[in-house]
Amino acid sequence: MDKTGIEQMLRKLTEADGPSGAEDAVAAVVRSLAQEYASEVRTDALGSIIARRRGAETPPGRIMLAAHMDEIGLIVTKVEAGFLHVAAVGGVDPRSVLGQEVTVYPSGPGAEHHPLGLPGYIGSRPPHMLSAGEREQVIPLRALRIDLGLPAAFFAGGVVRVGDRVAIRGPYTELLGGRVATKALDNRASLAAMLGALGYLAGMRHTWDVYAVATVQEEIGLRGAITSAFGLAPDLAIAIDVTFGATSGVNSGKTVAMDKGPAIGWGPNLHPGVVKRLREVADALEIPNVTEPLPGPSGTDAWAVQVTREGIPTGLLSIPIRYMHTAVETVVLADIDRTARLLAAFICRLDDAFLGSLAEEV
Amino acid sequence: MTDLKNLLGRLSDAFGPSGREAAVRSLIKAEVEALVDRLEVDAMGNLITFKAGTGPEPRLKVMLSAHMDEVGFMITDVDKGGMLKFATVGGIDSRLLLAKRVLVSGDRVPGVITGPVPHLQTAESARRVLEVDDLGIDIGAGDEKAANGKVKPGDYGVFATKFLVLSEDPAWPTVRGKAFDDRAGCAALVGLLAERYPVDLYGVFTVQEEVGLRGARVAAYRVEPDAAIALEGTICDDLPQPPDEDASQVTRLGDGPALSLMDHALVSHPGLLRLLQDTAEAEGIRIQYKAPMLGSTDSGAIHLTRAGVPAITAAIPCRYIHGPAAILNLNDLENTVRLVGTVLRRIEQRHLTRGA
Repeated sequence: MDKTGIEQMLRKLTEADGPSGAEDAVAAVVRSLAQEYASEVRTDALGSIIARRRGAETPPGRIMLAAHMDEIGLIVTKVEAGFLHVAAVGGVDPRSVLGQEVTVYPSGPGAEHHPLGLPGYIGSRPPHMLSAGEREQVIPLRALRIDLGLPAAFFAGGVVRVGDRVAIRGPYTELLGGRVATKALDNRASLAAMLGALGYLAGMRHTWDVYAVATVQEEIGLRGAITSAFGLAPDLAIAIDVTFGATSGVNSGKTVAMDKGPAIGWGPNLHPGVVKRLREVADALEIPNVTEPLPGPSGTDAWAVQVTREGIPTGLLSIPIRYMHTAVETVVLADIDRTARLLAAFICRLDDAFLGSLAEEV
Repeated sequence: MTDLKNLLGRLSDAFGPSGREAAVRSLIKAEVEALVDRLEVDAMGNLITFKAGTGPEPRLKVMLSAHMDEVGFMITDVDKGGMLKFATVGGIDSRLLLAKRVLVSGDRVPGVITGPVPHLQTAESARRVLEVDDLGIDIGAGDEKAANGKVKPGDYGVFATKFLVLSEDPAWPTVRGKAFDDRAGCAALVGLLAERYPVDLYGVFTVQEEVGLRGARVAAYRVEPDAAIALEGTICDDLPQPPDEDASQVTRLGDGPALSLMDHALVSHPGLLRLLQDTAEAEGIRIQYKAPMLGSTDSGAIHLTRAGVPAITAAIPCRYIHGPAAILNLNDLENTVRLVGTVLRRIEQRHLTRGA
């Protein structure tokens, strides 16, 4: 595994679609990538993918890594003369989807002819038609329509149905400075880091069993993390997610620096002993890192995992991205690689004594 | 017959905001060079082609125009964080800009238009419309210096939209892409230049329509035509609307070439209008009328040239013009070529005479 390998995985992961609750396409990519580095890959009842890497014959502990694979999207609420009405799946800013290309996944009769989905566009009325007053109003999602440009006859058999999922289209775009803009970096950047860590671990020795979990339905309530953490009952967990990267004109107190490595989450959601060890390992390997202060809910799978069963010591690594929940989420590729390397090194250093040492840190 | 779909695709993907039409012009020049008797580029960048007629002299001089420019962006500043500030070139609804991909400068540097993230705003500002001043273009430059190496104030940008075929149904062949206003007209004009007509034909690909019909004005002065037809990609607002909304759809996709009656810049010449109507009827081409008093086209500038020129606009309906992408029906494009081509074979002085 190396930075290039991680970038290739990121490309594949972002090219697949997986709005919350319909993660099958991205799940297939995760499975095929994970199979390279895992002894066993399975899917749980809600659809989360669990890839296991065995440690020692009698492992001193079991660690869960959690990165969600779902992305925000839309769902069809009505088909009107070939134009689709939609509602949001997850936190969609209606302002960001006007003039947006989307992919519609039909499920009705004849859907098998469109395995790659249908290209749609969320247009707006031309400026010539609008009064000044209209231009000053945000168009709510319920007033937006997806146009597939297809003849009325196409819809007659009900190929597009209420409930069909829609993914935001945002192709992988390389920017300057080793940065990439694409949709769904939330949270494919973290998936690439988690799978990259498995790749690095393949060339290292670790005694703990590792369960890398690509969770479902995070964007609508951390649901895949709730069930997968219960099912695995790990001794320790690290969630990997994205956070707000520093951006011109945005309050720096609410963002973390770009290109300075992963942000190690700190706050009630995260176990102080886990945080301490993550920092120690990062500093020992000279992996750049920053601290992300999280005074309350982290808004990540870590929030659900921590309170699973009798409680699980949990840590959080966050990869800074810009323009979260848009088709142009932007990341520094090096930050993903740094996150993968920190995860792998952290896991390698887990030993018989680590769990016992945590009690002193609470 | 010119492969209009393929041609439109290449024209749509080309870079040509108002004032920077060179790339579109080169593409068109290469396309039409072998089709016309001569061509020249004037002081403003208009591409003026000439094709002598086959009719007896004196021959009518007819000007067909289509504008090469598209709405886009101009970089106005680069901030310390390497973010580009910009202004729009031509009329773009600022609500369409957030989270769109663009290409900036002659080097086509990829960038993304960005603004405040709602999670980091107050609930009130997160519901507010974003103005151009709230937005920036991120090209991945970490700071001002890194950005300056690639992009500087004054550089132009366009949407990075790629042309796409949506439907190959012969009864409803639709495509999607940027700048159909007016690359659809450019494609139609290239298609028309494939034939020779009884009249002397000036096929003019104009500049700067989107900032005030400026190229057409000087081109028409030079050409001094007896009649002019502007070919446009026009407004189409034919989505289902709530019952209480204004019912005007302006034009409808697939209903054929749209003839202007009267817009913000032109009252169509009645003789030309009649000629187009009669020709459509004779040829069995379905036409429609663009709803009055919306927009303006090059024919508005052309008809006021010198002592006045009989003029009209024939247009291809395009949904969502002046945004990142538009959708059109290729049958409308083909039928516009057919209609205007037949008009060029039928047009006579009597169509241009008033009060006869």
